[in-house]
Amino acid sequence: MSFWERNQLKLAPFIFLTPAVSLFLLFVIYPIIDSIWVSFHDWSGVARYALNEDGTYKNFKWVGLKNYIDLFTYDDEFYVSLLNNLKWFVFSLLAIPLGLLLALFLNQNIFGMRYIKSFFYFPFVINAVVIGVIFSWFYNPKYGSLAYLLNIFGLDPIPVLSDEVLATYGIIAASFFPGIAYTMILYITGLTSVSKEMVEAGRIDGASGLTMLWHIIIPQLRPATLIAVVVTIVGALRSFDLIAVMTLGGPWGSTKVLAYKMYEEALFNFRMGYGAAIAVILFLLMSIYIAWFLYRLFKQEKGEK
Amino acid sequence: MKKLLTLVILFTSTIASAGTLVINSNQSGEDAKAAFDQYVADFSAAHPEVTVVVNEFEHEAYKVAIRNFLTSEVPDVAIWFAGNRMKYFVDQGLFADVSDVWSEYGLNDSMASSKGSLTVDGKQYGVPWGYYQWGMYYRKDIFDELGINTPRDFDELKWVCAMLKKNNYAPIAIGTKFLWTAAGWFDYLNLRINGYQFHMDLTAGKVSYEDPRLDDVFDKWAELVNGGCFLEDHASYSWQDAQSTMINGESAMYLLGNFITGNFKAAEMLDKVDYFQFPKIYDGVGMAEDAPTDTMHIPAGAKNIEDAKKFLGFMSNPEAASKWAKSRSFLSPNANAEPPSDRFQKMGFKVLNEASGIAQFFDRDANPDMAKTAMEGFQEFMVKPDREAKIRARLERERERIHGSL
Repeated sequence: MSFWERNQLKLAPFIFLTPAVSLFLLFVIYPIIDSIWVSFHDWSGVARYALNEDGTYKNFKWVGLKNYIDLFTYDDEFYVSLLNNLKWFVFSLLAIPLGLLLALFLNQNIFGMRYIKSFFYFPFVINAVVIGVIFSWFYNPKYGSLAYLLNIFGLDPIPVLSDEVLATYGIIAASFFPGIAYTMILYITGLTSVSKEMVEAGRIDGASGLTMLWHIIIPQLRPATLIAVVVTIVGALRSFDLIAVMTLGGPWGSTKVLAYKMYEEALFNFRMGYGAAIAVILFLLMSIYIAWFLYRLFKQEKGEK
Repeated sequence: MKKLLTLVILFTSTIASAGTLVINSNQSGEDAKAAFDQYVADFSAAHPEVTVVVNEFEHEAYKVAIRNFLTSEVPDVAIWFAGNRMKYFVDQGLFADVSDVWSEYGLNDSMASSKGSLTVDGKQYGVPWGYYQWGMYYRKDIFDELGINTPRDFDELKWVCAMLKKNNYAPIAIGTKFLWTAAGWFDYLNLRINGYQFHMDLTAGKVSYEDPRLDDVFDKWAELVNGGCFLEDHASYSWQDAQSTMINGESAMYLLGNFITGNFKAAEMLDKVDYFQFPKIYDGVGMAEDAPTDTMHIPAGAKNIEDAKKFLGFMSNPEAASKWAKSRSFLSPNANAEPPSDRFQKMGFKVLNEASGIAQFFDRDANPDMAKTAMEGFQEFMVKPDREAKIRARLERERERIHGSL
């Protein structure tokens, strides 16, 4: 037997894995490591490998922890962004019960219900940029429909997106538009797999309404809830597109989140090293969350066994 | 989609072989593209031996793309901006010295007025193709109806504001969502109060933002803000949104660049609009102006430098130069170009010729990161003037980080 024939079974998995692993290393692992490396340097993002006459890099200078020190001690906007990330984190979760509510409402066998469901799902299909533009119009204090509605009730227009306190909430509310649609579809599919026997049994035992929902339905929707929570939180942490479209981080930087600040520092202020430092912080925050999440998942699976 | 397109263009641009002249252009939008195409056509007619390939980028996307293509897919000519925006790339060694183009084509004489904004350490690194004035555009019909004359000094400006306000107009339109419009107000107040040299020192990072000489600037600005001179909720609006209030006749004045007249023309209301120079504030302070200059450069890594120099030198052709500038509502930096015939361009030409100094604009004179922080501060000040001390302290901290302590 040749070497190949003898070891075919052992080697085949590695051969099959090679393309995927090498792509993963090249496009995920390498950029992460490189970002961490860049974050210890002062670099404008231009001509990284240009050399001085003495062979040192001209534009790429080692500064150690300076970017991180600047970030934590110097930059008020970093804390504003961090706090905004926290607001996104907390308030985005509201999309989940709202999605559930909608799913329960739509989970009925009425003629044409499928079409109605697809209408409710529509926002998720629209590009975030379009949603951002639509909501900016909606909030426009002069020509927007929000101002029009308030006017009907005799109220003054609220300039949501130019108010430093309200603006972030205004954008989060816009993110509900696709967010609710997404969680709704998760719950609608979840509801189809709710066991009829258990519902029957619950009914016999006298459960109805909220008791039924809380003790019978929701526990069975747990897989859907899990995915909804994960997707919503990851979405909240990397929220960027709506901010870029609706406020550009304004007014005066009050709606920036870490991802947006990173983009702005690196690409507009020509501070690639500083932007990379923000990226590393964001990466660590996400890693902590994902580690905690995986830990819970494993524990739970063990418990079920 | 546009980004994807520019990417595709970026990659296909490398196919062009030697002998062709590759130009990366930010002249996007119907008018701008037509104007630039005309200039290229004129150039091709004069130099049939050169094949020109133009890669068009969307104007804002170009600002990000240029840093990539200057180091990777280097074109032979790149369109950009004068002042600090240019100096930034010169400092990194990414723009080539084109002083010989200036001497060979006689630009030292015909473009003497713009020379300073394209010079770093005595060498020229680009050729200007157009510039435009800033100033107050106003609804003449509203002024006439209320019997108001254009203000000649700051007190009159305040009085005009009060009169307009009394008659339920928003006196001054402004949309600060994209920040830079607020910097226009800072530029003019500072130029009128502290003069040209102080303003240039400040934007160069040589003066503290907590310098007492700036107190008066912020005081006067706060008088306008507290007097309700500016359009309400301006942080919600882009400059175009704010412009529509002026077109609708809700607001009466707008401090902006001459490119706004193109939109008045599109709205068919040019006859209702007029221009006045930003009024003086103190006697004895020279009337300096903002006049951003748009330019062309040869990247340091360009392959076809010979033809690129021909292309830049072609700006010495007065006809081609004036055609390009005019169709953009710009002024031509070429002194031999046909003098402007348009009413607004004429006024701008006069104002700029008499100006005691020409600034580029805050975000072109200052460092990019300084400009960003400062303009956010200006926007905040225009909504919350009582935060002046805090804002100026923040600006000064950023200035110190970039330029070092004084």
